[in-house]
Amino acid sequence: MVELIVFLPLIGFLFAFLFGRQVGALTAQVVTTGLLFICAVLSWIVFFRWGYNGADTQRILIAQWIVSGDLEIAWRLRIDTLTAVMLVVVNTVSSLVHLYSFGYMSHDKAKAKFFAYLSLFTFAMLMLVTSDNLVQMFFGWEGVGLASYLLIGFWSDRPSANAAAIKAFVVNRVGDFGFLLGIFTLFAMSGVVTFDALFAAGPTISEQTFGFLGMQIPAIELACFLLFIGAMGKSAQLGLHTWLPDAMEGPTPVSALIHAATMVTAGVFMVARMSPLFEFAPSALAFVTFIGASTAMFAATIGCAQNDIKRVIAYSTCSQLGYMFAALGVGAYGIAIFHLFTHAFFKALLFLSAGSVIHAMHDEQDMRRMGGLWKKIPYTYVGMMAGTLALTGFPLTAGYFSKDAIIEATFAGENAFAIYAFVMTVGAALLTSFYSWRLVFMTFHGHTRAPADTFKHAHESPWTMLVPLGVLTLGALGAGYVFATQFLGEPTGDFWNGAIFASAANHVLHAMHEVPTWVILSPAIAMVIGFVIALFAYVLKPSLPKQFIEAMPGVHRFFLNKWYFDELYDTIFVRPARWLGRTFWRGDGRVIDGVGPDGIAARVKDLSVVAHRFQSGYLYHYAFVMLTGIAVFVTVMIALDRGYL
Amino acid sequence: MMSDWPILSILIFLPLVGVAFILAVRGNDEAAVENIRRVALIATTFNFILSLWIWIGFDPANPGFQFVERREWIPGLISYYLGVDGISMLFVILTTFLMPFCILASWKSVTVRVREYMVAFLVLETLMIGVFCSLDIVIFYVFFEGGLIPMFLIIGVWGGPRKIYATFKFFLYTLTGSLLMLIAIIAMYWQAGTTSIPDLMAYQFPADMQAWLFFAFFASFAVKMPMWPVHTWLPDAHVEAPTAGSVLLAGILLKMGGYGFLRFSLPMFPDASSEFAWLIFTLSVIAVVVTSLTALAQQDMKKLIAYSSVAHMAFVTMGIFAMNVQGIQGAIYLMLSHGIVSAALFLCVGVVYDRTHTREISAYGGLIQRMPWYATVFLVFTMANVGLPGTSGFVGEFLTLIGTYKVNTLAAVGATTGVILSAAYALYLYRRVVLGPLEKESMRRMQDLSLREKVILVPLVILTILFGVYPNPVLHVTDASVNALVSDLSQSIGAQPGPAVDGAAFTNETGSSADAVNRGLEAAGMAPAAGDGHGAASGSDHGAEESQLDENSHGEAATGDTDHASPADAADGEEE
Repeated sequence: MVELIVFLPLIGFLFAFLFGRQVGALTAQVVTTGLLFICAVLSWIVFFRWGYNGADTQRILIAQWIVSGDLEIAWRLRIDTLTAVMLVVVNTVSSLVHLYSFGYMSHDKAKAKFFAYLSLFTFAMLMLVTSDNLVQMFFGWEGVGLASYLLIGFWSDRPSANAAAIKAFVVNRVGDFGFLLGIFTLFAMSGVVTFDALFAAGPTISEQTFGFLGMQIPAIELACFLLFIGAMGKSAQLGLHTWLPDAMEGPTPVSALIHAATMVTAGVFMVARMSPLFEFAPSALAFVTFIGASTAMFAATIGCAQNDIKRVIAYSTCSQLGYMFAALGVGAYGIAIFHLFTHAFFKALLFLSAGSVIHAMHDEQDMRRMGGLWKKIPYTYVGMMAGTLALTGFPLTAGYFSKDAIIEATFAGENAFAIYAFVMTVGAALLTSFYSWRLVFMTFHGHTRAPADTFKHAHESPWTMLVPLGVLTLGALGAGYVFATQFLGEPTGDFWNGAIFASAANHVLHAMHEVPTWVILSPAIAMVIGFVIALFAYVLKPSLPKQFIEAMPGVHRFFLNKWYFDELYDTIFVRPARWLGRTFWRGDGRVIDGVGPDGIAARVKDLSVVAHRFQSGYLYHYAFVMLTGIAVFVTVMIALDRGYL
Repeated sequence: MMSDWPILSILIFLPLVGVAFILAVRGNDEAAVENIRRVALIATTFNFILSLWIWIGFDPANPGFQFVERREWIPGLISYYLGVDGISMLFVILTTFLMPFCILASWKSVTVRVREYMVAFLVLETLMIGVFCSLDIVIFYVFFEGGLIPMFLIIGVWGGPRKIYATFKFFLYTLTGSLLMLIAIIAMYWQAGTTSIPDLMAYQFPADMQAWLFFAFFASFAVKMPMWPVHTWLPDAHVEAPTAGSVLLAGILLKMGGYGFLRFSLPMFPDASSEFAWLIFTLSVIAVVVTSLTALAQQDMKKLIAYSSVAHMAFVTMGIFAMNVQGIQGAIYLMLSHGIVSAALFLCVGVVYDRTHTREISAYGGLIQRMPWYATVFLVFTMANVGLPGTSGFVGEFLTLIGTYKVNTLAAVGATTGVILSAAYALYLYRRVVLGPLEKESMRRMQDLSLREKVILVPLVILTILFGVYPNPVLHVTDASVNALVSDLSQSIGAQPGPAVDGAAFTNETGSSADAVNRGLEAAGMAPAAGDGHGAASGSDHGAEESQLDENSHGEAATGDTDHASPADAADGEEE
């Protein structure tokens, strides 16, 4: 069954990609979407079998992959509760996004290709979550990167889309650089890359050091740190986040599927999957917490100043991923995965609702030219409201259960950055509430700022787009209430069944039940404050934001320009790289060739010119040269003979 | 029986039979030229099919030379001595495999002196196969150097505007290196009294002589690879060469350098190879970084791919001098993969060059809208060049890096930056050529791949993906020979230390992740994680041996001594 789940999307991809033109776009769309819905149904069956009926971890050998010396890598699927959760997330959202794309992409010429790429992405993502070893995971990891590249750049006649696609791929590769080195380190230490063997070798590795670049570093800390660099790239964490907002150049269904619900959470999944190793790497975990918490805050500040509806949600995604890492860092793996699970529903919902808004507004994405839309597109409005409530953590919605649990876990956590993480995540919760309501108010409420013509023609989306919104609304409102007890249980409990690991020193799940009441209330208070500020600034007194910008132009510009990360990277990486490239190229021509072949050729030519002068044709010249030669020769011989030389 | 035939000689000389037929074709009218092309195609295709017999008949368990033929040439001095092992066999196949594509790729684009062109290619095929089959170092040298002549002519006669400069640069660079090798060969003969490669491999050269011989061979192979900084002939040669010439240059001729390192430097001069591995690592890392950055600045499609070839070959040299199974197998795999991928990339350039007659990147843009087939094919090869898992490029790159990492983390980390840089230059090229708006008038008239071009490129696409997903047929063939080479090396320079922890002992495919950790904790003598023990089994715990004495040593482990147990202790504890 799991083989079917993984390979049906591949079949869909091949069918739509190779035969899309022959069979027509509609057939390709129906086939890929149909296969994905089958996958989604099977995934839920798998989810209940592993999560509720305690099925054992299963491994299915597909084929050998790379066998070289002591390195043995097989294509093998691994299914436990963690995988089952990811299967549900990926296939549910993917199937809904396929359906949604019927409507959203209805005017596009290359529909078959779009659906093919969506299915390709799904396949790669499924390979990632079912992998049984690090290299197969890297296959999925890069596969989703490829699909992301193709889909961000789907409208390839737009230069901005192409630039964003390359940026996404290359920045991800920076992360992959770390991921690869992490794999190398673990292999060099233990000679294996399969999870079971690595997890079992972990305790022994944790007692050893590894000589890295001439330093002796605790091996497991190094490996986990490097793997986490990979996660930072994929999950757009502080420093390697710059590609995610740009990735919004892709069609909105892509943003919902890849850049909100699934691919960007691959890093979170990876750390949870590797929890048996991370548990032995306290410093690496502290670093994870630090980066996660910082990203949560940092991305939220930027989200408050953006005007593009998709970019606001993109930064929100970035920020929420930070929450997940903060939870991972304090050892609350189950909670992080729970937030991943609920976030997939409400963030996909937000993106698809935003897509519906954009669709209604004829590709307008700037919130400054929206407003008052709720009567025109009421269903979309409901979806957006549900997503916003869940995101801000309104009681009993999905986000309430998962996000509040993260905040409590960071308070209860024991590593050096736990309290930092608590402060940052509560602060980010306030900002989250603010920018989310700001988005809702700017888009749906108040007087419209849209051109009269556009506003008049704004229309509700077709059913293919509304059905996914409906399903996801259910998920955003109910997923937390239904699943919280299971996900927040013990790693060795009935639900997780050992799919994640917590060492005996990890008490975070117990400690978080004993946190003071003010900690439990703090996210709710932050949420209310954020809401009230947004209400004031964008509904009751709309001149307030302007006054704020005029009062503090520097702060606003700093946030609006995303802390100037792009400019910084352009100055310290992109331009020097190009300059170096040009310099090296000139070096090839002038230095290497100049000294080497061309230089030698030129010297030979010079010599021949000199030699040519002797060929004057006058007999006395030749005689003179001969005599000189003989004289020198005789002198040297005599000198040698007498031992002077 | 097939195996009784002198199959290697047949493979070497069959192209010359083709040459005879081509010379026999009369006239120079259109029909005759078409016949010449057909003869060349049939000869090369037949040779390829024939060469598959050596793959089928090859015994992968045998690390030694197979299909051996030996006849005296100059008695007591040189013999006509052929054979292939796991290292060389696949290069023969790669050569015969690429040849028909070269002929097909030249079908329309070469119209002058077709007869001579085809003759040059067939002679080149003879010489290239000869290089990989020779087991006598003099025969090897003859084939190795002889290959220069047809390539010199191919670039010099059918090349681009600066062909004369390029040919002389190419010729002088390679010849200079080769002459040093010739001197070394003579010295080796005087020292060892034999020119037979297997005998020389078994001969122990004195250590100081090894260093000189090593550098003489290095001069030749480094130019051929090419390694930084003797790579500057390559971009010029590629740019001026006709498409098929570039294909062979990148696909086969560059591999002779890597093959030479594996056949001569490592087995014959193990001490020197080990001593100067740092030099190779240094040059390789510089090559990866510098040539990748240089590729980023190129305006000419062929030059960009040429520089990317130099970067990829640097992974090869690094893998070879890592001197472990992963490194060497990875190097062989990467050479084979690069033989397919870079050849295919040059063919892709040839496709659009035939239509527009320019290689300037800025002259292109938006091809995806007129040429969807081409866009897809080009994307696959671009991704293989980037080393995306699932393409053949990944397997080789991954193995060479992991092999190098075991012996030199600094070199491996430096080279791994190539993962980032290759993505940058390859995708930047793809973007400028294939993506973007369709603005230029010349681009609007572009036709998608013709049937002939599909016949050339689609098999290469399939192979690229097949060897990325299932590389074992190739790795399996090289296994025995590489293992033998590595164990010979470890006899003379000492074995490389294995992993500090024997993870393979834990390969147990039952239970959950947590169960696996508990097994590991038990083996390491730490307290299990399950249960409510306070403070046991955190990363700072130690005491493999003490806690083994007492299974329930919660308190002891919880004292949390921050010392890390020495590797030896832990390994002992773990092997229990």
